[in-house]
Amino acid sequence: MTSTLNLWLIPILPLAGAAINGFLGKKSSRQAVTIIALFFSGAAFAMALWIAMRFSSLSLPYQEFLAHWIRSGSFSADFAFYLDQLSLVMLLVVTGVGFLIHIYSVGYMGDDPSYYRFFSYLNLFMFFMLTLVLANNYLLMFIGWEGVGLASYLLIGFWFTKDSAASAGMKAFIVNRIGDFGFLIALFLLIKHFGSLNFEQVFGGVARLSPETAGTGLLTAIGILLTLGACGKSAQIPLYIWLPDAMEGPTPVSALMHAATMVTAGVYMVARSHAIFDRAPTALSVVAIIGTLTAFFAATIAIAQTDIKKVLAYSTISQLGYMFMACGVGAFSAGVFHLMTHAFFKGLLFLCAGSVIHAVGGEQDMRKMGGLRLYAPWTFLTMTIATLAIAGFPPLAGFFSKDEILWKAFSSEHGSWVFWLMGVITAFITSFYMFRLWFLTFLGDYRGAEVGKHGAAHRDHAHNGHGLPHESPMVMIVPLAILAVLSFAGGWVGIGNRFENFLAPVFRTGAVANPAEAAGEPATHLELYLTLVSVAAALLGLYLAYLLYHKRQDLPQKIADALGGFYQTVVHKYYVDELYAALFVKPLINGSTGILWQGIDRNIIDAAVNDAGDGARNVSDEVRHMQSGNIRSYAGWIAAGSAAVIAFMIWMWMAAR
Amino acid sequence: MSTDNLSSIILTLVTFAPLAGGLLLTLLPRRDRDIRIFALVISLLTFVLSLHLPVYFHRAQTDFQYQIDKQWVSTPNIHYHMGVDGISLWLVVLTTFLTPLCVLISWKSIHERVKEFFILLLILETALIGVFTSLDLFLFYFFWEATLIPMALMIGIFGHERKVYAAVKFFMYTMIGSVFMLAAILWLYAHTGSFDFVVIRDQIASGAVAKFPGAAQWLFLGFFLAFAVKVPLFPFHTWLPDAHVEAPTAGSVLLAGVLLKMGTYGLLRFNLGLFPEQSRHNAWWVMTLALIGIIYGALVAMVQPNMKKLIAYSSVSHLGFVVLGIFSFTQAGLNGAMFIMLAHGVSTGGLFMLAGILHERRHTYEIVEFGGLASPMPVYAASYLVIVLASAGLPLLNGFIGEFLVLSGAFQAKAVYGILGATGVIWSAVYLLWMYQRVFFGKVTHPVNNSLSDLSGFEKMAIWPCAAAALVMGVAPIVWLGAIDPAVQAALTPFARVASRMVGQ
Repeated sequence: MTSTLNLWLIPILPLAGAAINGFLGKKSSRQAVTIIALFFSGAAFAMALWIAMRFSSLSLPYQEFLAHWIRSGSFSADFAFYLDQLSLVMLLVVTGVGFLIHIYSVGYMGDDPSYYRFFSYLNLFMFFMLTLVLANNYLLMFIGWEGVGLASYLLIGFWFTKDSAASAGMKAFIVNRIGDFGFLIALFLLIKHFGSLNFEQVFGGVARLSPETAGTGLLTAIGILLTLGACGKSAQIPLYIWLPDAMEGPTPVSALMHAATMVTAGVYMVARSHAIFDRAPTALSVVAIIGTLTAFFAATIAIAQTDIKKVLAYSTISQLGYMFMACGVGAFSAGVFHLMTHAFFKGLLFLCAGSVIHAVGGEQDMRKMGGLRLYAPWTFLTMTIATLAIAGFPPLAGFFSKDEILWKAFSSEHGSWVFWLMGVITAFITSFYMFRLWFLTFLGDYRGAEVGKHGAAHRDHAHNGHGLPHESPMVMIVPLAILAVLSFAGGWVGIGNRFENFLAPVFRTGAVANPAEAAGEPATHLELYLTLVSVAAALLGLYLAYLLYHKRQDLPQKIADALGGFYQTVVHKYYVDELYAALFVKPLINGSTGILWQGIDRNIIDAAVNDAGDGARNVSDEVRHMQSGNIRSYAGWIAAGSAAVIAFMIWMWMAAR
Repeated sequence: MSTDNLSSIILTLVTFAPLAGGLLLTLLPRRDRDIRIFALVISLLTFVLSLHLPVYFHRAQTDFQYQIDKQWVSTPNIHYHMGVDGISLWLVVLTTFLTPLCVLISWKSIHERVKEFFILLLILETALIGVFTSLDLFLFYFFWEATLIPMALMIGIFGHERKVYAAVKFFMYTMIGSVFMLAAILWLYAHTGSFDFVVIRDQIASGAVAKFPGAAQWLFLGFFLAFAVKVPLFPFHTWLPDAHVEAPTAGSVLLAGVLLKMGTYGLLRFNLGLFPEQSRHNAWWVMTLALIGIIYGALVAMVQPNMKKLIAYSSVSHLGFVVLGIFSFTQAGLNGAMFIMLAHGVSTGGLFMLAGILHERRHTYEIVEFGGLASPMPVYAASYLVIVLASAGLPLLNGFIGEFLVLSGAFQAKAVYGILGATGVIWSAVYLLWMYQRVFFGKVTHPVNNSLSDLSGFEKMAIWPCAAAALVMGVAPIVWLGAIDPAVQAALTPFARVASRMVGQ
């Protein structure tokens, strides 16, 4: 380590901001809180940029030791950091998008009485997320992993007087814990077999496993358990249920954590662990299948949602499914590419949605919007770019990354045409529900109530004293504009496989030849045809949305009526929440109350104890007797017991001598 | 006085300083404020004195340190033998750390028979420290039983509605368990002529004790029963919820914080130390009981309508982790078990103080009586959240370190133990966060709660050290593990021997 980058400063800076605002913010002015929050998140971003500029001169992977953390026997886990191409991409996305959303929040949260608390939590999130991304071992990563869960808990439940918000926060934390359970078991397996959780040691150990044993059992088990963890954090089947509820949080939170960064932690973790997955094809297939199913399944739910944030939430789940699909077919760099572009356009979509909600005074139901292009032109413009990007229209960012995934799903050695086909169908649905949202919100005529009267009832950005919908202030528009540029052009870094080549040192350690490259010309033609198919799917989605939500606005209701029960099932998200409640939550609570507590604890164990104490009398009598509070009788008990013990002691003593 | 001289009497000083203070307290006039201040000064002084132990502790040395060994009674051969190693060291400090906090949290809440209360508290502290510092089995047993009396009186006199029932149940339950240990101790004395832990351990290890092989299983069980009741291990746990619900706050803090650790400390020191082979043979069912405790305790905690009972059952779950770690016979498992003992003392001690603060304001622990408290009591809510997260094992707070190490050790011993135990990380989040939500979030449902006052100065002084300790222990566990690790390694050497002998057969 010739020159030190002081990587540790990157997470510590926002932590300092969180601490200052958390402890002192209540008594500080709004300006002071704003300056602290923006300075510390901005400083982290500046450091990330500085590192990016020096990046080519570094010998990678760059590692940095800060302090010992846990030592137990030969096992140790330290506060130590790791930087390579993958963590650099994550670093830039997290600090960059994070900083923009901090700025946006200054406007969005401006009226909130707990302004300082919001920024303290937001900075805290940055600390944990950056720890996650920069860790050089799984345990430090786990700090960030659980820590972002905590930040998410705090921010979803930010308006804690609202019961639904508090419940959503708890649900998010607990569902994530189920995933963390898998993560932990994977760590135990790693410790048991490799004696370490350091990335270098673990991946070195994995590489040294003989080819005969590598595929069997161990790595597959580790891979599947890590996948379970990733499913929790990245909201994949069967643990996706927390993310839609997470929309109870303030909209900037939905943008930053529940779209752009935190939920991608699972994808990052799988990509980081590629050395394990590369040698565990079964685990890889599990990832691909989960991703594909989730992408499709969540997209279908998004079609029938009327809450603008819920549509985007299911869309996020669906897009994360794409990233899983990519990782699952071994195309980690394509997954990370989509992670990055998605951070731009989905972050933008949420911020636009926030701006829309702001414009109409807290309303989130799209049926009460419409015509907003006239009232909020900047929001309209940026949202249009974001919508085109997610729908996969060239030359916007989403097109490049999604196309890359679909191509890899088709052509990779772990891929299959089934993944590709599902991906294309999902792309069609995506385009449809996104343009549905776009038409409902921005086109046609305004269908909402007068702004202000209606908005006062809502916690999510309540505003008073306006008549018509209005555009957001500049402090919110600027981040929208920057993200719009990124959503437009952010995919161009992938042209000519530049992004893939940048990440190649991370992912192609095994020097696996890319079959598509080896095949040469014919594959390129095929790639072009497949691209045309997916663009056609996007166009078809756009056309259908235009038809149903602009031209023939009577049709959606007719279709819904015709579908009947099936439509209701989709509207109710396939009743998965109800199913989980009936299968797990209720039996657990009833069983714990009825069988464990009242049954075993009271009626068996405690009854036996009281019985033994009393002898012949029955239990209830005994308890009542005990409760009668005759102090002298208890003094007698104590005396008798003590006497018995002393007598026993003396007897033993004699026997011993 | 040079540190060498001090080192030879430091354990005596630390152990008996509170008792001396308690005796002096009897002479003080009944001016409540003076009594409180005096008790605080004594307990703080004891804490400062006890810091000598970790500061001058030789971490690499695995033998007992600060030893003092004087003949007390010649027949029977009883020694005043005290000493600490990396295992007992921190338990002493935990006790001296929690006691001043107990004084602070009782400052306002105990307003009748103040003098008696603080005398009992200080006597209890001496007895607890004595348990961890004694190396003579007679002395150990003396302190062990001596903890019962002040604790039972604290519950019986200063407790809530069903205090006498709870006090008697606590007393009888643990007393009956202890009798079996006494029998085992006396057997050992009869066959070794010594009460000295080190002497007996070495004699057993060298095979010099007559009739030992035949008696070993019974001896193991004798000690085990006493400790299992104290831990408490499922199914010996039903005294705990009753005792806690009725106990005054300070009683609950020391009960959960330190008294329960006497059980796990005993298992580690005596069951493992004296009977390694029997420990191995019996490990499978002990670990099964520990696992049941982890899951069962958590599930029953989840459905408790009473906050204090919930915390009490959560202790059953947490202490299950400790026993699981101890009987995994792995370095990680034992390190983790030790660390949970300390972490649980701090965080559950904190939780009981927090529950007590609510009780003082509303005279109830029923969760339905609360709701929305984060609005009128923001500082209280924030402090509570830190402690809840520590208890739920959030990384960077103290609960995580121990749980992680224990589960990792249990997993190495047998994968299924680690997997079942790890479900605990889900359960603890469920019962703690659900409780937290019902108490603090939503709108205030009972108007009376709107006017609840936030933490007072004394309360902050009692709670914040716990929160700070939870954070420091989570960030720099190495400070504690540095002393624990070598001691655990030494404690495990007989197991390496047993294992190699088994392989050799």
